[in-house]
Order: sequence, then C-alpha cells, then structure tokens
Amino acid sequence: MSHHLLEFKDVRFRYPDGTEALKGVSFLITHGESVGIVGANGAGKSTLLLHMNGQLLPTSGRVTVGEVPVLKETRSEIRRKVGVVFQNPDDQLFMPTVFDDVAFGPLNLGLPPDRVRERVHEALRRVNALALVDKPPHHLSGGEKSAVAIATVIAMEPDILVMDEPAASLDPRSRRSVIGLLNSFAHSKIVASHDLDLILDVCARCLVIREGAIVADGNAPAILSDAALLAENNLELPLTLQGRHAGEAACR
Amino acid sequence: MSFDTAYSGIGRLDLLSYRDTVVHRLDPRAKVVATLLFVAVVVSFPKYEVLSLLPFFLFPILVGALGDVPAGFIAKKVVAVSPFAVFVGIFNPLFDPGVVGIAPGVSVSAGWVSFASILVKFALTISAALLLIATTSFPGICRGLRRLGFPALFVSQLLFLYRYTFVLMEETMRVARARDMRSFGNRGTGLRVFVRIVGTLFLRTVERAERIYGAMLARGFRGEVPSMRREALRPSDAFFVLAAGCFFAVCRFVPVPQMVGRLARRLAG
Repeated sequence: MSHHLLEFKDVRFRYPDGTEALKGVSFLITHGESVGIVGANGAGKSTLLLHMNGQLLPTSGRVTVGEVPVLKETRSEIRRKVGVVFQNPDDQLFMPTVFDDVAFGPLNLGLPPDRVRERVHEALRRVNALALVDKPPHHLSGGEKSAVAIATVIAMEPDILVMDEPAASLDPRSRRSVIGLLNSFAHSKIVASHDLDLILDVCARCLVIREGAIVADGNAPAILSDAALLAENNLELPLTLQGRHAGEAACR
Repeated sequence: MSFDTAYSGIGRLDLLSYRDTVVHRLDPRAKVVATLLFVAVVVSFPKYEVLSLLPFFLFPILVGALGDVPAGFIAKKVVAVSPFAVFVGIFNPLFDPGVVGIAPGVSVSAGWVSFASILVKFALTISAALLLIATTSFPGICRGLRRLGFPALFVSQLLFLYRYTFVLMEETMRVARARDMRSFGNRGTGLRVFVRIVGTLFLRTVERAERIYGAMLARGFRGEVPSMRREALRPSDAFFVLAAGCFFAVCRFVPVPQMVGRLARRLAG
C-alpha cells in the first residue's frame, strides 16, 4: 500500500534565527515499518518530527507522504494520514474533558456524532483509559495523560503514527503499558526517544541523527548494540544489553 | 496567603462543580441567564439604595444551599477579592458629604450610604458568579454561552483560560517553591526577583501556546472548537429562570423590607 510511505529527500531546514537544524536528510519509511529515531539533545529529532505533518516546511528538499508532497496546501490532507503525539501531554490535551479532547480530531474530520462517539470509546478502550472519559485533564496522573494523549491521535485513525518521547517521565509500569500499546499498532510507527530500551522493544529499524544529518540507518538491534557509534552520539547501550559492570566500564 | 493555598482554593471551586444536585442538574444556559439577570437587576439599583438590596441575598443563599456549596467557602472568596470594591468606594464618604435619613430620626452622610451600597452589590454579584461556577463548572458555562449565541472565538478563549489556568498555576507554584527553597529570610523574595519570574513565566507561556496550537493543527483545527453535547432544555430549567425572574422583579419594584417592617409593626402594635 503505497499511501503509507513516508519519504524525506535531501530535506534541509533553517530556523528563522539562522540555526541550521536539518542538513540534507533522506530516508524512506514503508508501510508497517516501525522506526526509532535516536540522537543527542539538540541533534534535530524534534525538528525532523515537525516536518512529518507539515508543521514545519523544509527550506529545501521535499517530504512526501504516500504520493502527496507536504506543502502548505496539502497540510490538512497530510494531517489526516500522519498523527503526531507530542512529548508533553499537557500541550496535547487542551479540551476541558477527556471525551471532548479525544473527540476533537474526529469532529474536525467532519464525522457524524455517533461515529465520533464510537471512535472515542474505541480509542480510549485501546489505551485502557475508558474509565477516564468524563474527567478533566488536570485531574489525571502523568501516565493517564500520556495514555489519553495517544488516544487523541489514534481516534483519528492515521496511517502513520509519530511519537516524540512517548514514555518520558512515566513510572516503569506505565512505561511498560505504553510499550505494549505501541506494539499493538499495525500502523507505520515512528518513535523519537532517548529511551533506547523502548526503541529496542518497539522498533525494527533505527535512524541515528547527529547535527541535523543521518549518521546511521539500519536494523535496530545492530545499531543499538554498536557501543562506539552510540557513544559518539551521547548515547549508551540499552540497559538490557549492558551488564551492570559493563555499564560502569563504558562510563569510565 | 501563600501560592499553594490560593491554588487549592481554585481547585476546590472546580471540584465542587462535579457534584450532582438539583442546581447542578439545571441546564447551564438557565443558570447563566438567571445569573446575568441577577447581576443586571442588582446593579440597576440607585446608588443610595441599601435596604432594598437585602432580599436579593435570598438568591445566592438558596442556590448555595440547594447546590450543597459550603457558605463559608464562598464567603471567604468574597472577602478575598473585596479590596477591589473597598478601593472603588472608600472615597465616597469624603466626596459626598450630603446627609440622608435612613430611619426616622437617624441620618448619616450620603457617602457612607453609597459606600455600603457598593459593598452590598459587590457581595451579591460576586457570590452569584462564584456559585454559578461552583454549580455549573467552567466548561459548562462556556457551552451555555456558546449555545446562547456568544462568538465561538470568545468562548474558546475562555475554555483555554480555564484549561491552562491549572497548568500555569502549577508552573508558578514550582518556580515559587524553587525560589523559596534558595532564598533565606527575605533575600530573593523581593520585587526584582518577582518581576523576573513573571517574565520567565510569560515566555514559557508563549512557547507553550505555540506547542498547543501545533497540537491543535495536527488534529485538524480550522478555527472553531467543535462540541457535540446537545442538551435539551427541560421544564425545570424554564421554571428556574421564570421563578428567579419573578423574584428579581418583585424585589426590584416592590419595597419588600419596608413592607416587612410595616407588617411587623402592625403585628406588634
């Protein structure tokens, strides 16, 4: 199914203040792939994600989703296909109740009320948050907020799911349930994170980005066990791949 | 008052609105209309009127009692914002030295009477507004306003104000705690630091607004916040507005306290 393709072709992006955040990024993600994006702080991960649904448009080069190029005019079409879960759930949940928030996207897609209600319940059920449906977001815990934030995006049934640090600041159990959730999606998935164990659990492929360019692209277990490559990028081996002493040795 | 207690006060007002009482079950539109009517009628009294305003306290008392809202909590909130009203009226006794009779044989300076009138009107309108929020919830009021025909842009601004009050307050609380933890005695709590904190919070807010807008666009936002709640007005809503309206009209045009006084005198004598 070619409409689940996501292609970056020599994408460059310069912020208005002159910072060059992307310096010629190219890759192709095909249907059903799960791809992790890792890199040091400030390497350009967030900028890259913001290009996937047209929130930022490349200074040069092009981004294509399916057969549609991401342009100013095609952005609303792109946003139906690419769902982005942002890092901070407080930015993602802006409506007064969980129900209203999850319904926001489907209503904007113009679905009739009973379909919207179905989608809201289905999305909340999938993230195990159906009990929260009438709560206001400011009375949710961090883990609940993350789950609902994911529901707000899957309620729109996007072809490609993009996530920025989906499990940051979650307790281990909530983190584990987010991982289970991600693995239950048949969508194409793109996950940016510093949590390399999460990437290892969820993604088959991994991109390493440094100073706005891709320095490695390949199968996740191979890249995430390359201690030298990771160290060059301010990363270290996933905890599951390092014995306690090996980790200490790497620090030294 | 420390920041933490102020914050939990607002949180409590919000929690009260999740209860389920006769008043909570009324349609938001009915409560909004009744409250607006109440405010308009109270404010319409001439500036030397005090006595005729007193029967209006029945409305907040009744709504508060039926809505199971603790009276002490509302009273405390009213007192907390009263400095505004005091400042508005405090110079009246100086500027308005005329004399009015308030009872046979008793007369005071007109300024004091108008000052008292301002305070009573203030207490009435603020307690009614607080009760509206405590029994309707802020989003409910917004829905009511929207369905009464208020502009969508205005209503969505109110919704965001509500949603992000809590986020901003938590952020402020964290900053204030971080400051208190590292300022010993009074050093570090001065005005200069305060001004910088406000500046930082402002910048953070602008950045957050940008991210929220991004999240909205990502989910297909095109200018109007959609809502799918379709509440229908019930007979009880109509009755509430009608009863409240009649009560306000009677209290506005019939001098109830004077009549009560006359009646009492006749019974006594």
